[in-house]
Amino acid sequence: MSREDVLVSAAWAEENLKTPGVVFVEVDEDTTAYDGGHIPGAVKIDWKKDLQDPVRRDFVDRAGFEALLSARGIANDDTVVLYGGNNNWFAAYAYWYFKLYGHQSVKLLDGGRKKWELDGRPLDKEQVERPATQYTAQEQDLSIRAFRDEVVEAIGNKNLVDVRSPDEFSGKLLAPAHLPQEQAQRGGHIPTAINVPWSKAANEDGTFKSDEELARIYGEAGLDGSKKTIAYCRIGERSSHSWFVLHELLGHEDVKNYDGSWTEYGSLIGVPVELGSGKED
Amino acid sequence: MSLDGCGAPQQGVDLAVGPDEVVLTGRVSAGGQPVGGAFVRLLDAAGEFTAEVVSSPEGDFRFYAAPGTWTVRALHRSGNGQASVSADGPGVHPVEVAVA
Repeated sequence: MSREDVLVSAAWAEENLKTPGVVFVEVDEDTTAYDGGHIPGAVKIDWKKDLQDPVRRDFVDRAGFEALLSARGIANDDTVVLYGGNNNWFAAYAYWYFKLYGHQSVKLLDGGRKKWELDGRPLDKEQVERPATQYTAQEQDLSIRAFRDEVVEAIGNKNLVDVRSPDEFSGKLLAPAHLPQEQAQRGGHIPTAINVPWSKAANEDGTFKSDEELARIYGEAGLDGSKKTIAYCRIGERSSHSWFVLHELLGHEDVKNYDGSWTEYGSLIGVPVELGSGKED
Repeated sequence: MSLDGCGAPQQGVDLAVGPDEVVLTGRVSAGGQPVGGAFVRLLDAAGEFTAEVVSSPEGDFRFYAAPGTWTVRALHRSGNGQASVSADGPGVHPVEVAVA
């Protein structure tokens, strides 16, 4: 797999806004960002309303995903280019989600909305209508999704990569520093996890660092390339970004994203939790 | 804000500060005029990225941090800039960032 298979540059995107068979999709942390101006022709997916089950804590099922993509006018053979704010956190989450349901051709816009805006590229508020399709999804590809029991079993066996900030990893903070700190679950991290904050993989403008730099960052952090890997964060979106780096850019074969992440693990009874930087011993 | 909510609260809106919260807040400006839509990054004392928000139309931003010394760096298509702030304990710590 090469970078060109999974990433497009802002320049490529601007040249291909009207290319048939290419659909731009905005997925944001701030779900109102799209309405204030979006890439011309892009449709919106709301990571919360469209991708989460409204009752249970889980994803929409296969039929729900088929209905969503059909309504957005996305066909099975379209190339979907995902982009969003906050360094593509939720666009990467959607990328992983599209892969989970078996979409063939999906790419991330390198740098997302930030790079696009810093470049001064066009945004508009036009309402985008695409004719509905008959989208067919696959069963979830569970080779890329980890559940809690697997995570507990992975302690001491697989690479566990905690991609949150150092203060969240140590237990000092329960959420990123731009969010209120009101969650009630325990702080800390899964024992044996290494801490490689997602942001290490991104340049200041939101684009991904080079493969050489990325390989060095994970190597220095102690990722054992001969072992399977599970990545997690707080709710599974930042770890999608790191999953993308490990699985799609660096080509590690067995990498799963634990979408339950710390909001699930840190609320479980009876599981081991470690505090501190994890570097003392 | 719900448990699963990851959306940053609207920047520039008054919000009660909890007794233990360390809040860093301020405005991005250029030539004395507020700059909205800037990407405002919070870096820790070692220069490591910690968080990022987009400034409000009035240039306002806010971070929930921990005690320590922080750098606030703003990126905008009109230019970049940064400022440092020391938070010795809970409360609101102001910091202004000029971009050029």
